[in-house]
Amino acid sequence: MTEQPRLAEQNAAVRLPEPFLKWFAQRGWSPRAHQIELLATAQAGQSVLLIAPTGAGKTLAGFLPSLTELAGRPGGKPGQARRGIHTLYISPLKALAVDIERNLGKPVEEIGLSVTIETRTGDTPAHKRQRQKLAPPDILLTTPEQLALLIAAPDARRFFEDLRYVVLDELHSLVTSKRGHLLSLGLARLRSFVPGLQTIGLSATVAEPDELRRWLVSQNPPGCMAELIVVTGGAKPDISILDSEQHVPWAGHSARYATPEIYSEIKRHKTTLLFVNTRSQAELLFQELWRVNEDTLPIALHHGSLDVAQRRRVEKAMGENALRAIVATSTLDLGIDWGDVDLVVHVGAPKGASRLAQRIGRANHRMDEPSKAILIPANRFEVLECRAALDANYLGAQDTPPLVNGGLDVLAQHVLGCACGAPFHADALFEEVRTAAPYAELDRPTFDRVVDFVATGGYALKNYERYARIRLNKDGLWRVSNPRIAQQYRLNIGTIIEVPALNVRYVKGSASRGGRVLGKIEEAFLETLTHGDTFMFAGRVLRFEGIRDNECFVSNAPGSDAKVPYYGGGKFPLSTYLAEQVRIMLDDPQRWKKLPEQVADWLRFQADKSVLPKRDDLLIETFPRGNRYYLVAYPFEGRLAHQTLGMLLTRRLDRAGARPLGFVATDYALAIWSLADMGRMFRAKKPSLAALFDQDMLGDDLEAWLAGSWLLKRTFRNCALISGLIDKRHPGQEKSGRQVTVSTDLIYDVLRSHEPDHILLQATRADAATGLLDVSRLAEMLSRIKGRIVHKDLEQISPLAVPIMLEIGKMPVHGEADDTLLMDAATLVEEAMGTK
Amino acid sequence: MTFALAMTALLADADPIGIAGERAICDRRGVLYFPELRLLTVSDLHLEKGSSLARRGTLIPPYDTGATLLRLQAVIADYQPAIVISLGDSFHDGGGAARMHSSFRERLETLMAGRDWFWVAGNHDPDAPADLPGETVRELAIGSLVFRHEPSAVRVEGEVSGHLHPCARIVQQGRSVRRRCFAGDGGRMIMPAFGAYTGSLNVLDRAYAGLFRRETLMAYMLGTERIFAISHAMLRPG
Repeated sequence: MTEQPRLAEQNAAVRLPEPFLKWFAQRGWSPRAHQIELLATAQAGQSVLLIAPTGAGKTLAGFLPSLTELAGRPGGKPGQARRGIHTLYISPLKALAVDIERNLGKPVEEIGLSVTIETRTGDTPAHKRQRQKLAPPDILLTTPEQLALLIAAPDARRFFEDLRYVVLDELHSLVTSKRGHLLSLGLARLRSFVPGLQTIGLSATVAEPDELRRWLVSQNPPGCMAELIVVTGGAKPDISILDSEQHVPWAGHSARYATPEIYSEIKRHKTTLLFVNTRSQAELLFQELWRVNEDTLPIALHHGSLDVAQRRRVEKAMGENALRAIVATSTLDLGIDWGDVDLVVHVGAPKGASRLAQRIGRANHRMDEPSKAILIPANRFEVLECRAALDANYLGAQDTPPLVNGGLDVLAQHVLGCACGAPFHADALFEEVRTAAPYAELDRPTFDRVVDFVATGGYALKNYERYARIRLNKDGLWRVSNPRIAQQYRLNIGTIIEVPALNVRYVKGSASRGGRVLGKIEEAFLETLTHGDTFMFAGRVLRFEGIRDNECFVSNAPGSDAKVPYYGGGKFPLSTYLAEQVRIMLDDPQRWKKLPEQVADWLRFQADKSVLPKRDDLLIETFPRGNRYYLVAYPFEGRLAHQTLGMLLTRRLDRAGARPLGFVATDYALAIWSLADMGRMFRAKKPSLAALFDQDMLGDDLEAWLAGSWLLKRTFRNCALISGLIDKRHPGQEKSGRQVTVSTDLIYDVLRSHEPDHILLQATRADAATGLLDVSRLAEMLSRIKGRIVHKDLEQISPLAVPIMLEIGKMPVHGEADDTLLMDAATLVEEAMGTK
Repeated sequence: MTFALAMTALLADADPIGIAGERAICDRRGVLYFPELRLLTVSDLHLEKGSSLARRGTLIPPYDTGATLLRLQAVIADYQPAIVISLGDSFHDGGGAARMHSSFRERLETLMAGRDWFWVAGNHDPDAPADLPGETVRELAIGSLVFRHEPSAVRVEGEVSGHLHPCARIVQQGRSVRRRCFAGDGGRMIMPAFGAYTGSLNVLDRAYAGLFRRETLMAYMLGTERIFAISHAMLRPG
């Protein structure tokens, strides 16, 4: 696929204008083969997907077609009509757009091109945006949300009439979310404005490149794909798993045991990037490192909840190589250039092979030198997972998630956006929408229901005709019914729903308003705190003083032990691929040799006391403990699917008379405890395990449980906000969290009981299936284990069950805010008052 | 089951409480019933809130009026009150009654038939609802009780009011539960909002400052099966 270097050089001479060749030569560089190949493909009029590791000169490659074309363009003459935007660059992060402006500006200046480059993000001041509308730059660097805004403007068609290229950076991360759905619709719109438009996608390695190739081009005719250029190679990363001298814990996520060993690695390297999966882990690790930081090395903390100014300071220090280590969450996952990182430490399991590869790519931004990485498993199951991820990395296996169909809530937002820009004809818009890959399978009746939803809410009870937001006129075109609708739309654009969060502010300060703001923290977490509780945030231990005027007030807590851990389960569930690799590893004692001795011992004990599951089996253990009975299942399907399974199984066990009391779920296992002896029930086949785990649980049980589930209500809230059913913001006022006009929970209850088939509930269920509930993965598992359930009725807990048993009581049992808690509180009162 | 039997069952279900000496039942569905007076009170129905927001482009489901009336129908069928007091903000705005779908209007009129029905004026609906029976009053005194929409700033024994949409929150075992509630201190009572789309405000919010005797304040939180009486000390803000 990729040309030979010598051929590339000859080609470069043909393809690249003189000033470019000179610029390369002056630096002693030569253009890379894939850069020239991409240029040639673009010049042949094709859209193209470039898959390359970090450090391969992806950005320059993506812009070469634009720059060479702009270089050859005759200069503008006075009096000549202004020229529109030539190239649109879209990245998922504002920071990335700013980064690119700097990185691209340099060669443009050095080559001596008269090309204007500007960013346009949420931070761009209004006057600059206005000016950009009148005098657009040649290259505009922006985000998906800004593109949606530009498209919804009345002059959109004219604004984009000169557009030639759209460069999409970090495409692999854009396409998996609703932001990607909205962006694909935006691209479809741009293609209808400018039929010859070409796209250039830049991506890290993914499991299914063809999905991205289709995503980049019109799906009319169906199945069309962009050209593909793959840059392989780059040096193999040097990854190892920490073989700790210490005891690897059975459970938990802190990896505290390894702190001294991590610290000595930091000392041995120039700059270390430490990745963790959650913000709470970041806080904890940061605290632990400073506890042992005898040399007071500059070690910093970076995560999405911290105050922006604080994050910028850390990023700047990092760029200037002023830090020795930085503890970070996924906010740093994407391709920002990070100085001279020479070691990546991944604390906790990576959850996916591709995710690990992308994170390791952060180190050593030069593709010919091997990146160095150390994995630190936080517990024993994570040792297995790290091993599987490491093997996958050497094999080059990829497990990026498959793309899902476009959300109907996103489509609703887009339809209103189109109407805000210009009147539309339903037939034409339907055809246009279907050119976007995520919506290629959309059928007309569904599309019409979405349009109806946008117009009047799409209810069976036709009560809102007179309040329609868009109306069908006699000319067959849909128009916005009044300008206020468009104004409101622009305020509420986008698919990013922020969880309700409050500022964290010091009580003490010079002004009466209180002290410095440290960042934002979720309302849901704060709700569990009472005055005097201590918790970790922004690298400090803080005491909760109270909430006032929508801000959380704190003071520094003496001592360094936080009473309340800042809980956050892994954000990403274990990937299907890694789960399977772990099952294979358990089944094959030969492979245990590669594991640390203490972990291999643990597995041998399990084989001795119980059994290890075969790769396609589901092992169920039952045993008594205390005055309760336990069921532990090991599906390895990820926390979300296990949580759903736990909910459904407890319902069934309750019906069977097992009197279940609760359950916990981890990425690997599920434990349920009850008052009745479940082991005996299963042996007597009352019920049989086969019946208990039958796929029919995904029918009525799921439906009944889902109906009142907080998970579905949360999903509905997102759909309601994205679809524009309710507004995130009104003109002149910022609304947040509970202040939203009408609580979406109340709307959900009313809608579900009166119109269960409403399109928004349909969209909600579709989201839940792949999102918080992971029903699709559960369904696959249930069909896989049919007839393959292995039951071990034990007299006591097995070695494999220890980790999850340790989670009981530590993890909050997610559930409805139920009456039993109220009962407890009320009983206390009744006892105290002597009324009972 | 005869009516008398049903009543006994209902009354046994909840411990009556006293408001200025009158016996009252806080029903878990959010209504207050005075058995001796055969008087049922409901507050903040906010009928036609859906269509009210729809006028401004927020097209939330138009089923709130129907849902609210269905629930009201159920409690009226259970208690068979002689008198019903709707304690203000019965409609979300002045035009609400006129916008109401004819089927809902008929349902409401059926509920009203054969009882004394009082619409207490609220801040959302200061005037009598268009073309509906019942008597519109600013406030109403019955026995030792006085019914008005907004709680008065000075302490009044026996006052039953609404307007503030009280809810309460407790934290148990690291988990938070928030529910609508009746808030009372033995002297006055503030009722929860009944409407399907009505939000709520924590009884510890400063909007309630000075309204209650703190020592005796109780939140009667609405559970799915019953009411839970929670003392002031257990309540959390937010």
